[in-house]
Amino acid sequence: MSHWIIAPIILPALLAPFIVLAARYHIGIQRVFSVAGVLALIAIAGALAWQVSDGSVIYYRLSDWAAPFGIVVVGDRLSTMMVLLTSLLALFVLLYAIGSGWDDRGRHFHALFQFQLMGILGAFLTGDLFNLFVFFEVLLIASYGLMIHAGGNARLRAGVQYVLFNLIGSTLFLFALGSLYAETGTLNMADLAQRVTEIPAEETVGIRVAAVLLLLVFAIKAALVPLHFWLPSSYAEAPAPVAALFAIMTKVGAYAIIRVYTMIFPPDLEVTSGLHDLWLLPAALVSLAIGMVGVLAAKKMDRLVAYSIVGSMGMVMVAISLFSPEGIAAALYYIVHSTLAGAVLFLISDLVRTGRGNVDLTSQPPMMGTYLTAAMFFAGAIAMAGLPPLSGFLGKLLVLDASFDSTLVVWVWAVVLTSSLISIMGFARAGSVVFWKAHSLPTMEEPVEVASRPSMLAYAATGGLFALLTLHTVFAGQVHGYTTTMAKQLFAPDAYMSVVLETPGKLSKPKTEEEK
Amino acid sequence: MELLVASAIGVMTAGGVYLVLRLRTFPVILGISLLTYAVNVFLFASGRLTVGAPPILRDDITAYADPLPQALVLTAIVISFGMTAVVVMIGLGAFLGSDDDHVDEQPEPETTEGET
Repeated sequence: MSHWIIAPIILPALLAPFIVLAARYHIGIQRVFSVAGVLALIAIAGALAWQVSDGSVIYYRLSDWAAPFGIVVVGDRLSTMMVLLTSLLALFVLLYAIGSGWDDRGRHFHALFQFQLMGILGAFLTGDLFNLFVFFEVLLIASYGLMIHAGGNARLRAGVQYVLFNLIGSTLFLFALGSLYAETGTLNMADLAQRVTEIPAEETVGIRVAAVLLLLVFAIKAALVPLHFWLPSSYAEAPAPVAALFAIMTKVGAYAIIRVYTMIFPPDLEVTSGLHDLWLLPAALVSLAIGMVGVLAAKKMDRLVAYSIVGSMGMVMVAISLFSPEGIAAALYYIVHSTLAGAVLFLISDLVRTGRGNVDLTSQPPMMGTYLTAAMFFAGAIAMAGLPPLSGFLGKLLVLDASFDSTLVVWVWAVVLTSSLISIMGFARAGSVVFWKAHSLPTMEEPVEVASRPSMLAYAATGGLFALLTLHTVFAGQVHGYTTTMAKQLFAPDAYMSVVLETPGKLSKPKTEEEK
Repeated sequence: MELLVASAIGVMTAGGVYLVLRLRTFPVILGISLLTYAVNVFLFASGRLTVGAPPILRDDITAYADPLPQALVLTAIVISFGMTAVVVMIGLGAFLGSDDDHVDEQPEPETTEGET
């Protein structure tokens, strides 16, 4: 039993109250502790990822209770990679928030940020479905605070929609968990995986309902059309660093779908046959199309980026819903890319907002720091639209390559390629209106007062995310090789289940097991 | 008893869904509260309905109530209570700021011009 695996949850959970209690009036101390905490998280996450990279599964039993009865925290290749990705993203987002002064525009930014990290990392590491619900709520309640950070009417109104939508999602999650428990009598993922296969064929009505409800909940989190309506306005109105961190939140939904539907309801299980190819794949294709059309139709840059997030989630879900090892490997490669690219674009739209006071897609005189911002937007747009040489291109290629076994291969190719073209047009239009036409306009007499040059730290943080994207592209072979082994591990969950269920703990052999 | 509990859950869920689909914040929040009540009872019933049975192992007793759903419900109640408080505060803030409690996005310029 490794104690380190629970550290990514404990560390932010302790740091956040410390920041609230000890440093609530000193933004400098808050910044130091927050950055130090995230740096420590990166170190821990890197070590954990290194430890499981040989295929082993590490786990931690809370209070040493044996698995189906107590809660377990489990780390395998997939969850440690997501933890590492989250902590790396968090570092640069935090640096941007400090550099741009966003964290000083309202109170408790750093404490909420740490709670948010605790929820996200917990959701990646837990081995228990009800615990997953609790961590979802932790990350949501922190995100409500972050979403309305710095106030403002538009932000509060978008916040109400965001909170209401997610409350309904949480209620659905509870309904799903209730029906799962009623059918199987357990909520431990590994235990569920064993018990679902033992349900006789004529009594599968309840478990089918539970599987579909659970998929709906995760689809809300992953912003899959037609459950994506909460995303565009809330991400567009949220403070930019927060929106950039939210780029990982949709991936929590994608992660949960991968985890639950490879282990508990694997593709070859008869109970849920047809769920993936009949329902998930068309929905994913539609969200890809709608997201990219939204990119073309957006009138503001932050909304454009939010729609590109919907589109890239559609892309991820296309790859996931193939439910083959190749598809999942491609999806995992694309998840890393889409998180980084989405975060970069949100930060760039905030650079534009800082430089000229608004993010409307209209021609205005040149903004402050226009050259660097324009260059970054160019690179970010290339990454998100999936043009070579950046990793978006490689990711899309992997997804297209993996789709050959699907019956809908023609549709996948058609939608992916057409939507890529539409998104290129959308980004090109935005870039030329905001950056190029600016120079053909007469300069205004008095400069806009709200505009100022973005700070160097803000540029450096955005550049840091670009560096990660570049690394993701340069080492694409190694990363894809690793995600392939990850997908193989996901499709052979026996090792995971035996580690979780068969390691003895307290109460490992109860006398009356079938009392229910 | 099964019929009573099942129909109570059904009626509360139906009422909750109806209220959630309203346009203004207050009925929507009420609807969400109804939905959380429904789901709490549902979770409670997911451990099978038993009357007067102890949840903790004791000698010479053969019928037990399942203790786990009770723990789950407790967690769910606390979380939904806190969440409702949060959404009331944010909704109140949005209402006081813009003098309008619609949940959807309204076109803003027309209303402000007409009123002032």
